[in-house]
Amino acid sequence: MAAEQAKVDPMHQFTIEPLFGTGHWEIAGYNIAFTNSALWMAIATLALLIFVWGGLKRELVPGRWQMAVEGFTGFIDNLLAANVGPAGKKYVPYIFSLFMFILFANMLGLLPLALFGVHPFTPTSHFTVTGFLAILSFTIVLAVGFWRHGFHFFSLFVPHGTPWWLMWLIPFIELVSFLVRPFSLALRLFVAMMAGHVLLEVLSSFVIGSANSGPLWGGIVGIPSFILMIAICALELLVAGIQAYVFALLTSLYLNDAENLH
Amino acid sequence: MPQISQLAATYSSQVFWTLIFFGFVFFVIGRGMVPKVMATVDAREKQVAGDLAAADAARSAADAEEEAWRVQENARRAEAQGVIAKAKADAATASESRLADAGGRVDARLAEADARIAKAHEGALAEIEKVARDAAGDIVSRVAGLKVDAKLAEAAVKEALHG
Repeated sequence: MAAEQAKVDPMHQFTIEPLFGTGHWEIAGYNIAFTNSALWMAIATLALLIFVWGGLKRELVPGRWQMAVEGFTGFIDNLLAANVGPAGKKYVPYIFSLFMFILFANMLGLLPLALFGVHPFTPTSHFTVTGFLAILSFTIVLAVGFWRHGFHFFSLFVPHGTPWWLMWLIPFIELVSFLVRPFSLALRLFVAMMAGHVLLEVLSSFVIGSANSGPLWGGIVGIPSFILMIAICALELLVAGIQAYVFALLTSLYLNDAENLH
Repeated sequence: MPQISQLAATYSSQVFWTLIFFGFVFFVIGRGMVPKVMATVDAREKQVAGDLAAADAARSAADAEEEAWRVQENARRAEAQGVIAKAKADAATASESRLADAGGRVDARLAEADARIAKAHEGALAEIEKVARDAAGDIVSRVAGLKVDAKLAEAAVKEALHG
């Protein structure tokens, strides 16, 4: 398709294509068509389900698979214990779900399935998805904060040791930084995912374009671009893990504010 | 940029399916399966800690047993030394008393023998005196032709013998 047009559109990979249910799947007038984005979220969910189910053998001496699953749960458990403390134990299911769902969606979107004619889609490259997860996290933080501390939760906006003559400014800055959190959470993941995929697409368009225009340009431009693509692929795998980690880490830090104030 | 150009048409579908699938992940995997996985890890850690504590207890028990054995062994050894010393002392006393006994018997026999010797000596002396008196009477009668009284002769012999 891209080759036929002799021009690669790096943004085309993010197009949402309804698979079925376009016309009549609606709730209260809102369209809920099952799209390729929904399909890849379903695949990520299924893969995650199989992965965790494989670690549910509950053996005293774990096998490799069980070790891998226990490694992830232990990782999230340590993350919450380090950032929130003993009160963080009850957030393990949420943070684990968040981390693993984002990780699996990121990783599956990087699979080189285009070689087999299938186009992988990364749901986390859409801010509608990341925004939903960010708002969900932010809502939980607000709910926990007000449920545990009531209106005392507003003391979050007055850090310890604020001089009285700055009381008109500091709470306002703290409030803005607090309200920016869901946006930073959503945009960071969305931008990191999109940028990586665009970069790979642009480099691949260099490879295809230069190879089409002859062996000389293919050698000068195509081969270095291809080598760079391989390196960027490794980097993207790292970014996929880091962004999932950052999302989980920041959510646990915000939960720490809500649990313990500061 | 499809994220923005398709926003109006797709946001409801995106949010809805994210809610469905993330909700499934949270409730089925996060709430349902993760606690079981972590319970397994906790059970294992508890078992390992329990086993380590049991091994530690067993080792200290073995140490205490060894210590008790050592104390008992020392007591036995001291007891044995005592028995040996007592046996030695007993043997020494017994041999001493037997030696004393034998020495006493030997002394008694020596004294008896001395007594016998003294008696024999005395007998012999008496015999000599008698013989000397008779001889003196005979000599006097033969030489001087005098009849000497036996009593006088005896007194003269006694004077000559004892001075």
